[in-house]
Amino acid sequence: MTRHLDRREFIQLAGLTTAGIAGVVFSSGLRGVSLAAEKGKTEDFMFLQMSDLHWGFTGPAINPNADVTLDKAIAHVNALSRQPDFIVFTGDLTHTTDDADERRKRLVHVRDAVGKLKVKSQRYLAGEHDASLDRAEAFKESFGETHYTFDHKGVHFIALDNVSDPQGKLGDDQIQWLRADLAKHDKETPIVVLTHRPLFDLAPDWDWATSDGAAAIEALMPYEYVTVFYGHIHQEHHHMTGHIPHHAAKGLMFALPAPHSVPKKMPIPWDAANPYRGLGFRTVQAKAGSDDLALAELAVETV
Amino acid sequence: MKRTSVAIVIALVAVFAIAGGWRRHASASSPTGAEQVIHLTAKKFEYTPNEITVKKGVPVVLEITSLDRDHGFKVPEFGLRADVKPGETTRVRLVPDRIGRFEFRCDVFCGSGHEDMAGEIVVVD
Repeated sequence: MTRHLDRREFIQLAGLTTAGIAGVVFSSGLRGVSLAAEKGKTEDFMFLQMSDLHWGFTGPAINPNADVTLDKAIAHVNALSRQPDFIVFTGDLTHTTDDADERRKRLVHVRDAVGKLKVKSQRYLAGEHDASLDRAEAFKESFGETHYTFDHKGVHFIALDNVSDPQGKLGDDQIQWLRADLAKHDKETPIVVLTHRPLFDLAPDWDWATSDGAAAIEALMPYEYVTVFYGHIHQEHHHMTGHIPHHAAKGLMFALPAPHSVPKKMPIPWDAANPYRGLGFRTVQAKAGSDDLALAELAVETV
Repeated sequence: MKRTSVAIVIALVAVFAIAGGWRRHASASSPTGAEQVIHLTAKKFEYTPNEITVKKGVPVVLEITSLDRDHGFKVPEFGLRADVKPGETTRVRLVPDRIGRFEFRCDVFCGSGHEDMAGEIVVVD
């Protein structure tokens, strides 16, 4: 069944009602959905991407409201008039700590917090802050496996783990697993890949890369309709590798500067005149019968 | 005489390391054409020294030890990387073929501050 957004919903999704903090809406090809729709394989749906919660981070100059930002975001999501089919969390649910007990406490806190979301269908990826110090041992206790697949209304989703290895790579075993999974699908299947780090070399000297990400992209390249969503860089960013678009999401704790825009990568200081600027999440709408994938960038509410 | 030179270099390194706010700098002298050996230590979240001066065309061996946990050592512009583990000495050989400043950094996530764990190799004529 096709359901179109009315104007009010569209504006709300665009975040244009959020106390002067406007979101950005544009379309990007969700490649293959229309073709699959013609074959009766897809339906309209919307999912939501939240990323880089960094629960446990402290730094008043960066985010003086660190203890309530996640709750605000959850309240904002719960207030959306149209709820997503599911929510994906693309890593760094917690801020890193050397204390294994504290790491577990932070992960449990996030698990309990996101349990307050109305939408109970949730998928989780780890970030290096969650998983790189213990190869995801604690993360798995709260959130399960770190790489997996699922299918939703005709779209095949692949969650990749490029953080459990502290060198920030996928590893040969996972790449082999990816190839084996892809081999089960025809080349026209709509595919969405979820990762924490970018699979391409966005800024390796800023640790914005996956050292063996090129192997994953090579495996994906024969598939006509692939879209990648990731986190890690705490800002909206869009990039193409061949025909494959890669979309980075904003973070929910602090913003980072554009790649190589400053000599040294540092969190962007809090702007009291524009609280929560640079923080947010996004909705992704797949419309059957259209090759457009609507991305809507939402700001964290300021009220 | 050679021992005196080495002692002077070590003393200079120590002075720079102690001086807060200064880059910890090392430049190893050696007979012309011989392989230089420079020792580095790695710990959360710094290398000591974090600036190394070498001469273009002169082979250098970096001997790196970790004082706490697993780290990495990566010099992207020279295509070098190595694991640095406690209790082991990692040797990285380099023949600098161009002058300039080249960053090295830890590429094994080691905690909050990992991304600041970096230094520079300065290649001079």
